[in-house]
Amino acid sequence: MTTTTDLDRELTLRLRIDALVADYIHCIDEDRLEEWPDYFTADGRYKVITRENYDLNMPVALIYCDGRGMFEDRISALRTANIYEPHVYCHMVSALKILDSSGPDIRTQSNFTITRTMSEGDMMTFLCGKIFDTVTEVDGEMKFKERTVILDSRRIDTLLVIPV
Amino acid sequence: MDTAQIDPGTDFVWPSEDVSQIPFRVYTDQDLYDREQRVLFQGPTWNFLCLDCEIPEPGDYKMTYIGDAPIIVVRDENGNINAMVNRCAHKGSLICYKPRGNVKEFACIYHNWTYNLRGKLTGVAFGKGVRGQGGLTEEFKHDEHGLERIRIENVRGFIMGTFSDETPPFAEYIGQELMDNIDRVFIKPLKVLGYHSQIFPNNWKLYVENNKDSYHASLLHVFHNTFGVVRPTMTGGIKLSDSRWHHLSYTQREEIGDDNIAKEKIRSKQDDYSLSDTRMMEHVLELGDKITNSIQTVFPTMVLQQILNALAVRQLIPKGVNESELIWTILGFDDDDADMDELRLQVNNLVGPAGFISMEDGCVGGFIQTAAKANVDAQTILPMGGRKIEPSDGSRVTESAVRGFWKGWRECMGV
Repeated sequence: MTTTTDLDRELTLRLRIDALVADYIHCIDEDRLEEWPDYFTADGRYKVITRENYDLNMPVALIYCDGRGMFEDRISALRTANIYEPHVYCHMVSALKILDSSGPDIRTQSNFTITRTMSEGDMMTFLCGKIFDTVTEVDGEMKFKERTVILDSRRIDTLLVIPV
Repeated sequence: MDTAQIDPGTDFVWPSEDVSQIPFRVYTDQDLYDREQRVLFQGPTWNFLCLDCEIPEPGDYKMTYIGDAPIIVVRDENGNINAMVNRCAHKGSLICYKPRGNVKEFACIYHNWTYNLRGKLTGVAFGKGVRGQGGLTEEFKHDEHGLERIRIENVRGFIMGTFSDETPPFAEYIGQELMDNIDRVFIKPLKVLGYHSQIFPNNWKLYVENNKDSYHASLLHVFHNTFGVVRPTMTGGIKLSDSRWHHLSYTQREEIGDDNIAKEKIRSKQDDYSLSDTRMMEHVLELGDKITNSIQTVFPTMVLQQILNALAVRQLIPKGVNESELIWTILGFDDDDADMDELRLQVNNLVGPAGFISMEDGCVGGFIQTAAKANVDAQTILPMGGRKIEPSDGSRVTESAVRGFWKGWRECMGV
């Protein structure tokens, strides 16, 4: 039976995760990418993988970060080395489902779409799919311990440079 | 081939005496695109279809393309691999519409005509009619209405296909020197680690040229210089097949007598700037030599890649004049241990649609495609390394291999 205490706990948890996700997507959409690694634990793992590979149990990801250094390298490369037509994302995240909240690591799933707008103003629905997260509390702050982005949209238009 | 296409010829005239100037029209012209389908993709060329290890069991199939033509590759009951055009002999519907699977036979969903795993027509629904009415007449011969077969060759586990009986055997097609590189890299049974698909906003040939263009690597892909993937201390060169249609570009480490050569830490040219995490740049010398990068093309649209420990085969599929799709099949060796599996995941950050040293290839073709419209009768120029189409032992600052591609294109297209 769900008690008031359980409900309070779940509501609090949902609000905290929702705030984490909102901060995260605004950080990316507003091009504050240097802050992006801060949303993960120091040993955080991040994967953007197609649904095709995921369903086939194949490990290769489009982007794979394991530990803070690799998150920082993604951003420093994007700022200093990689060349691409400027563009911005607009993330839409919805249908947060808590899969497991019994321990300190909370597992969730949600849906997302990203529209991409190029410097000339063309907009397209760039990516869509599901996100599986493992969220944990570090010094009172919610952080992603693991974030797996599974792309239904298997074909990448032109290139993928800004993280999801 | 029972359905060889008739060549209606072309009015297009190559505007110069050699292949060091390329008219923009070749990237924008629908008639040339249509002709490429008929006489190049369905002409005397070998096209990558899939890997042997992707269809290990009888009945396993995979959908793919040669140019615009949809193709099925399937393993039959005897273990042999067959390839057929994915088009029912009756109304022309796709026979397979799921990208991969396992079947006992192929059945068209439209009118349930069935074919065996060699493409032979085995059944026609209501072929005898209903209550003596309708159905096929005696003049209909099942043997004359199979799926169109594609000639294949299994090259070290890479299944290659060609529409033409004129195409020389694969080893002769690319020549001994380039066969040697396939043997050098793909030394053991392979496994597929995953796929990427990337849509380029440009004509297919711009991406093929880009692969043959070793001149751009350290200039466009700034990551190379900034983080030192390809460094001045490395030697390398360009090899070309006798036909000049196919090429190999490679770089290798110098003998530096460093015990730590396999795990050389990468620093940028700016001494204060380096990668925070260098694991993806670690290179286990698994092939018995010190070659760090090799990019090999097989005319028209196949690329075999070794970048450190990132192995892949890339297949380019034209999608109309202005668009193309690149399918990356990411490879490892079947006997890789857990550490090697992890290293390959790390190093694959370098390549693919989000790859540190490959993502720019996605946008640069589109930049040319857009600019081409300024005047399609103007020409691009390929002056680096002169006008000849020669291999290069030292410098990779040459467009020889790109000129070799255009030699092949002109020979296939008859222009």
